[in-house]
Formats: sequence, structure tokens, C-alpha cells
Amino acid sequence: MTTKTSNDKQQLSRRNFIGYASAVTAIAALAACSKDDNDMPSSSSGIDLGSGDTGILNYAYALEQLEAAFYKQVTDTPFSGITAAETALLTDIRDHEIAHREFFKKALGSSAIPGLEVNFSGIQFNDRTSVLNTAKAFEDLGVSAYNGAGKLITNPDYLLIAGKIVSVEARHAAYIRDLISNGSFADNTVIDANGLDRGRSPMEVLMIASSFLKSKINASNLPTP
Amino acid sequence: MNLQHIITEIEKTDTEFLKKVDSRRNTIKNFNRFIGKVSLVALPFALGGLFKKANGQSTSGIIDVLNYALTLEYLEAAFYQNGNNVANTLIPTAPARQAIATIGSHETAHVNFLKTAITASGGTPVSSPSFDFTAGGTFGDVFTNYNTFLAVAQTFEDTGVRAYKGQAGALISNNDVLTAALNIHSVEARHASHIRQMRKANGFGDVKPWITGKDSGIGEVVQASYNGEEVTMQAGIEITNINNFSISSAAASEAFDEPLTMMQVLNIVKPFIK
Repeated sequence: MTTKTSNDKQQLSRRNFIGYASAVTAIAALAACSKDDNDMPSSSSGIDLGSGDTGILNYAYALEQLEAAFYKQVTDTPFSGITAAETALLTDIRDHEIAHREFFKKALGSSAIPGLEVNFSGIQFNDRTSVLNTAKAFEDLGVSAYNGAGKLITNPDYLLIAGKIVSVEARHAAYIRDLISNGSFADNTVIDANGLDRGRSPMEVLMIASSFLKSKINASNLPTP
Repeated sequence: MNLQHIITEIEKTDTEFLKKVDSRRNTIKNFNRFIGKVSLVALPFALGGLFKKANGQSTSGIIDVLNYALTLEYLEAAFYQNGNNVANTLIPTAPARQAIATIGSHETAHVNFLKTAITASGGTPVSSPSFDFTAGGTFGDVFTNYNTFLAVAQTFEDTGVRAYKGQAGALISNNDVLTAALNIHSVEARHASHIRQMRKANGFGDVKPWITGKDSGIGEVVQASYNGEEVTMQAGIEITNINNFSISSAAASEAFDEPLTMMQVLNIVKPFIK
């Protein structure tokens, strides 16, 4: 297994991710203080995910669209120096994400949000480090998104589906992390002192995801705990 | 301790335990009715506070699940502790020793976390069974043969993922416990992914970080931990070639991990318990 350290640029973008998360926490706190106001920019514009379990399924559908589009591009334009083993497993991951995306599309039927436009202008698809660091961010984000959304789901069948998917995302995350630095599959940047992964709220997740999306998402009708 | 003893231990805190396990569907229906009431209430974060406010049936049901999870974490924590104790002879490289130490530290942290959660909830943590990691001689060289050690590790991790997944529905009425269980569940999946990569890298098994069909890459002896993983139908939707995308049945099975019931898991771990 190869070992490669992040360059400064990726570390900077990691700091940006953390910065976004902190900013979102502050925004969420503000929103909670004035939830009758309708002047939050995201509350009245963009693609409405909907409410209740449907809203959460659309939220998952949006994230799977993002992941599937990313891995499609990764396999269409492989980074230089990609190995046969990496090609095989990144193709597997692409197919898993397409399977997830299409499952949600079909399950949601007429309630499904439209296809989203992605913005991958910040990713150098010919560069191994750029691709793998983005993949790591997406997979860890996906794990935290499903973990954080579980409590918002009311139908146990949907909760089980989310559980079936999140462990596959975690398998992906560990593999990608090990490709970047062998042994980082569950390091203390993602696992806390109790040995627990993290959950992120939809607001936190969508703020991070929005930098990869041209389409605007309106999550204002999603359930809250 | 045998399977009956585990059940007896759990029954000490919940006399209705077996009835609920046997009628899991009814239990889930009960939880569904229950969540309608609790979801309207702003729930405090403290685990103990939550349980004391919940009604008796749900409280005991949730503590049962936590004690079940604790039993599985005792198993994993003791397994890695044994492996780490002989790491210099068992595990050939420093990165591999570090990975096993990391995983072991997580399992020990899970044990401590679950004990604290159970106690804080007014429950009594079950005590640890005594373990036989050779499973009565089936894995006689488990702590002297690296291949055997990683095979058992993979089986425990993949089974653990399925075990937590199988309890999500039973925890749906309690946001904080459900979230904690989910946050352990994905860590077990990260472990499974890494152990599977270790097995592949050492030529011990032709496995990927994810589970293809119901293949263990180990053999019939652990098949019960993988049966059912091969499904390609999810919520009535066929995943193979879904919406005319070229998705193989292998990829369709890999894309979704499958749950195991409490009884299935207890039967799987039974040979490892004295």
C-alpha cells in the first residue's frame, strides 16, 4: 500500500472544511433563535428537499448524486499513476454510489428532487492527491451525514436502509484513507476518545457539500430533532 | 458462559427479554407507537435523564440492546487484547501491529462507553463472559498464526457491523442512544475495511474492503456471518442494473450491508464463549 502525505493545499482545504463546519454551527444557532424569520438565504430559494422522511431521503439522494458524479469523473479521467488495484476498487465505489443514487431516485419516485449540477472546478482529476483527498472528504462527510440523520428518520425501514448504506460508506472511507496514508482508516481526526465516529447535522453537511454544487439546496423543511 | 447464560444475564434486567427477541416485529411496532409521543418533547442530551423519562418497556428494551452490544464489545476487546499481548510474535510488521492496537483501543473504548451509558440509564451492565477464541479448537492457532488471527478479526468486525445494524430499529425511539449506536456501527465498518485490506495484502484471502455476495474469503466455518449479504433487492427495488445503469449483481450486493438479528449473532458468537 502506498503512503502519501497531504500537501499544503489539501491541508488548507481541510481547514476550510472545518471552518465551514464551525460557521454552520454558528448559523444553526442563529437560526434556532429566530426560526420564525424567513430571511435565511437558503430558506426560500433553491431545490426544496421536502419534509419528514421524504426530506431525509432526498437529502441522502443529493449526497449520493454528488458522490456518484465525482467517482464517475474519477473513473472516466483516472489520475496519473493509478494502479490496476486502485482502478478496480474505485470503479467498485463508483458503482456503489450509482446504486445508492438510483435506489433513492426510484424509491422517491415523483417526490425525488431533480438531478443536481455539480461544481468540481477545484478538483484536479489528473492528480492523485487532489482526487484522494476529495474522496476522503466525501466519504467521511457521507458517514457523518448518515450518522447524523439517523435520529431524524421515523420509519424503521428507512432507518435500516440508511444503516445498510452508511457502513458501506465507512468501508469506502477507510479504504480511501488507507490509500492516502496506510493506517489512517479510523484515526483520531474522525474517531473520538470514546471510539465513536461523528455525526453531522444536515445543515453542517450541506454547507460543506455546497462548495461542490452549482445547484442550490433548500433544506429548510427538513425535520429537526 | 454459554448462550443461555448470556440470555439469562440480560434477563436479569428484563424478564420480557426473550419474548421481545422472539417477536421483534411486534416490538418494533410498539416502538413506532412510542416515538409519536416522545418526538414532540425536547430531549435533553444526558443518557440517564432520557431513560428515566421513558416508559418502562422501552427503557428495558433499550438497556437489553446496550447489554447485547456490550457483550459483543467485550468479545472484540478481549480478542484484540490477547492479540496485542503477543503482537511481537503474532503480527509481522510495525504498521500492522499499530493497526491492531488502534482497533483494540476502540473496542475497549466501546466497552467503557457502553458500561457508562447503561449505568447512567439506571441499568446494570452485564459482566464479561470468559472467552475461548479457538472456538473449541476450530481456530486452534488463532494467537500464533497471523492468517487465522486476521480471519477471526474479519469475522468479528463484519459480524459486529451486522449486529449493530440489526438493532437500529429497536433504538428508533431514543435519539441519543440511536446516534451513539450508529457512531459505533460505522467505526466497526472502518475496522472491517482495514482488516480485509490486511488479509488481501498478505495473500490470506481474495477479499475487498466491502463484502461481495456472501463470500467471506475464509471458508465454510464462518459462513453464518456472511449468509444473507448476497441480497440485491432493497425495499422491493432490484439494484442490479437499476434504471438501466450497468450495476453487476456483485456490486449491487456490495453496495448495501445487511443486518443480523440478535439470535443469529448470539449463535455465531456462541462457540467463542466458555
